[in-house]
Order: sequence, then structure tokens, then C-alpha cells
Amino acid sequence: METTKNWNEFILKWLIKFSGYSAIIFVILIFYFLLLAGLPTIREVSLSNLLSTQWYPIENYFGLLPLIGGTIIVTFGAAMFAIPIGLCTAVYISEVSPQSARNYLKPLVEALGGIPSVVLGFLGIMILAPNLRLLLDLPTGLSALAGSILLAGIAIPTIVSIAEDALDSVPRSYRDGALALGATEWQTIWRVTFPAARSGVLTAIMLGIGRAIGETMAVMMITGNAAVLPIKLNSLFHPVRTMTATIAAEMGEVAKNSTHYHVLFFIGLLLFIVSLGINIAASTAMFRQRKRAERILS
Amino acid sequence: MKNILYIITPLIFILLSGCIQGTESTLEITATPQITSIENLGSDTMVNLALAWAEKYHGLYPNVEISVTGGGSGTGIAALVNGTIDIANASREIKPEEIQQAKDNGVKPVEFVVARDAIAVIVNPTNPVNQLSIKQISDIYSGRINNWSEVGGEDRVIVRLSRETNSGTHVYFLENVIRMGSKTDKTLFSSDTLLLPSSEGITAETRDNPNAIGYDGLGYVTSEVKMIAIALDSSCPFILPSAYTVNQGQYPIARDLYMYTNNQPSGAIADYINWIMTSEAQNIVTELGFVPISKH
Repeated sequence: METTKNWNEFILKWLIKFSGYSAIIFVILIFYFLLLAGLPTIREVSLSNLLSTQWYPIENYFGLLPLIGGTIIVTFGAAMFAIPIGLCTAVYISEVSPQSARNYLKPLVEALGGIPSVVLGFLGIMILAPNLRLLLDLPTGLSALAGSILLAGIAIPTIVSIAEDALDSVPRSYRDGALALGATEWQTIWRVTFPAARSGVLTAIMLGIGRAIGETMAVMMITGNAAVLPIKLNSLFHPVRTMTATIAAEMGEVAKNSTHYHVLFFIGLLLFIVSLGINIAASTAMFRQRKRAERILS
Repeated sequence: MKNILYIITPLIFILLSGCIQGTESTLEITATPQITSIENLGSDTMVNLALAWAEKYHGLYPNVEISVTGGGSGTGIAALVNGTIDIANASREIKPEEIQQAKDNGVKPVEFVVARDAIAVIVNPTNPVNQLSIKQISDIYSGRINNWSEVGGEDRVIVRLSRETNSGTHVYFLENVIRMGSKTDKTLFSSDTLLLPSSEGITAETRDNPNAIGYDGLGYVTSEVKMIAIALDSSCPFILPSAYTVNQGQYPIARDLYMYTNNQPSGAIADYINWIMTSEAQNIVTELGFVPISKH
């Protein structure tokens, strides 16, 4: 009996260990393949071509700047909408709403996160884009703004869920202490609870933005995909082409190991590095919060 | 001990589920060995046509299963080059680079002209513009004309719509309309052209937006948008696209539609392609708003 138990222990320990490490192995393998398929770009395409403003791959114009700019402006726009709305929702659910409302509000917000982005994209084409065009008198509703609003909708559930958890984990005694000192409810939220949950909130924002950067389907359907460098003040109201939409739209067409194929993988490599950076930043913030919490307790 | 079972049982099920799928597919093959399947992928312009052909053919010869997928001409040819499909549909000719890539992969593409298609230029029904010359369309899409008032319309910004670059229609339009057939002309689509991933996207935006101009295969034009009459140059008559005007050679933007196979086809694939050339299959071409090859 004793040996069977040891044997079971051994298998389980290794199974769990393998599951734990498999994620790391996969990330490393993915990174390796991205490097393998993406790096030939540097040899095949001149730097001046990569840094030009013209993206037209079937005639060998591989200017990445419009795509990078498109991703930045759409993500930035999404953050503008998602951060205030997401954080306010989190504060309301965690601090203000009565317990009864809270019990169904959070699951509902999280259910919003489960809507497939292609469905959101469809709603965007049918409802959001035509109305934006009429409302703001734009040449076309298929614009960076429409993409930003849609992406905000995708990022908000992530932000709300994580920020609410962070606010919720602030010890009750903090709030009681603040209220006992005569602070109003708003002062308690803004000056005590919120700063105490700061790193968790930061993590929520970064993961929300990470979700927005990587989103593909909805953006491809609604941003118009015109590879224009968005540097003008009103660029938010014009069509843009994001990096993810470019990969999704063009990957099916390219012959394996052609220059175009390598450039698309190079774009994928850039996206991978950016989202890896965001995730590392987010987990560093989370780690710092834990250390700080430990310090307070000791 | 019981706890371990809770963990291991689902794991076993997960592992087994892979096996189940595997055995199922082999069973299918052994149970009905005479079924031949043909993989057909490519041009979105041709996807409805290819589907109609495949359905009709499957009705006639139930032992041949043809799976049809869209994705764009470039996608189809790339798949043929990579050896993953039997027939590629393309609304443009295969490019020399693609032939070279095919050669490198040991694939030899063989071309068949299976139908013809007119490309209609479409605008919103409220747009007062009814006719344009090829030169004007070229100027619009290359960014030299930016307002509808320059071609006799209202004072509105022109929003240019196009299919993605993997579309054969896109390439055809670039070479024959924007560059007006000149090989040395290096004009491109204006960079603010909206590249939409589907024909439906173009129709939807043109229907809703009075600023828009788009183009699409004649078979895809719905009654919700307005077709533009086109002239080769302003001295020629302006012609609306239809099967009749294409067959008469009057409508200036018409093209052949192709199927490509690896090597000269044999067996089921050859039978299928031969059937497509018959009048029975070409009648379907007419029904779907394309132009049959027999008359041209």
C-alpha cells in the first residue's frame, strides 16, 4: 500500500509539474518560431522600406509605420473609454452598490467578456458605424473611433473584474478607520481604498489594454483597414489599419517563406513582444502589491 | 486514492477524445470506400458559383464530394502551391512569382477558364452620379479626385472601398482600371482606401453611406446599391454591366474566371472540370449573374 501511494504521488507530482512548466515551454516555442519566420524580414526588406509610410505588400511596399500607428491609436482610444468606465464600474460594484445588486452585477459584467468579438464586430458594422457617421458627420463610420469603442467594450470586463477583486481585497479596517476619522464615503474611496488597491488596479488596466491590443476580428471588421499613418489631430475619426487585422487579412494569401510571409511574422513578433512586455509589467505590479501587503502585516 | 481518480479520469477522457475522432474518420473511409472528395478553395467572387456547381455535380454523381471554400484568389493559389487542395479558384491569372513558388514546391499549375465576370462599380442609390469614364474611376481610386462634385455629384468627400489585397478582384481592378491596363504605370490605390474583408462589407457600406464608391463582381451586386455606367473614355458610350453587354464586348471591365489544378487533372478532378465546360454547368453561370464562356 505504501509503495502504491508513493507511486501515485510520483506520477501526480510530475503531471502537475509538467502542466506548470508546459505554459513556459509553449511560450518559448512560440517565440522561437516567430523568430525563425520573422527575422528573415530584416535581411530581405531594407530598413527604409520597413520604416516607410506605404503598406502595399503585393507590390513590395512593407512600411510598418501605418500599421503600428493604427494599433497605437485604436488601443489608445480604447483605453480612453475603457479605463474611466471600467474603474468607475469596479468602484461602484465593490464600494457603493448594495450586496444584492453586487451579486448579479459582477457575473453580468463578466458575461459581457464572454461575447465573441466577431459578434461585437457585426453589431459594430450594423449599428455603431452608420450611427457614428451620421452623429459626427464623418465621411465614413468605419474608423479608428468605432474600433476604439468596440475594443473598450472588450477591455471593460477584464478591467472591471480584476480591479473589483483588487478593491475588494483592501482590508475592511482601512475603510472603517477612514470613516471613523470623519472622512466621507467618497473621500474614503478616493483617498484610502483606491490608493491601497493601486497596483491591482494598474494590473487591471494593463491586462485590459493587452486584451485590446491583441484583438483582431472586431477591429478588422470595423476600422476600415486603410493603411494611413494616423498622425493628424483628427486621425481618430478616420479609417486605420491595425497590425492584428493586417495579419488576419493577409496571412491566408501568402505563399510560405515568401518575403510577405516573413514580414507578417515579423509583425506578429512585434505584437508578441509588446504583449509580453505588458504582461510582465502587470505581474511585476501584482508582485509589488503582494510584497507591500506582507510588509504591512509584519 | 479516490481523489486521484477524480483527477486522472478526466485526463483519460481528454486523451481518449483524441482517439475517438481518429477512429471515426477511419471508419467512415472503410465503410464507403468509393467516395472521392475534391478540395476546392479560392476566389470569393467565384464561391457562390463554385458552390452551385459542386451541389449540382454532387446531385448527379453522389459519390463525388466537393468542398468549396472562399478566402480570395491569392489564398486559393497559395493553398494550391502549398499542396493542400485539388482545385484553386481564381478571378485573376496566376502571377509569375506564384508559378515560380509552385515550381519550388514541385507543383505545376494548369489553367482553365471556367466563366467570365463583369466588375460593376457601385455607389449609394441616393448618389446622383450615374456614369463615369475609366479615367475618372482611376483618378478617384488613386486619390487625384477626392470630392463627388468633381465628377458631377454633390459636394461630398469620396470614400473609396476596395476588397483586401488577397482578392483577385482587387488585383484586376488595380491593373485594368486604376493603371488602365498599362504595365509600366506604378499607380497604387490611394492609401486611404478602405480595404474590407468581404463583398458583403462593401455592399453594406455602400448601401448605408452616400459618400462611398465600391466595386464588386456583377454576380454580387444587390438591388440596394446603384451600378455606374462606364465608358472606356469620355468619347465612348457609357455602358451598364450585364451578361449581354459583356458578351457583346461593350462593357469595358470584364475578365475571365479561372480554375487551377496541379498538373493536367485526371480521374474525378478531370471529370469535374470537363463537366463545368458543358452547357448544363454553364447555365448555372448565367443564373448567378456571371457570363458563360461558351458564348464568348
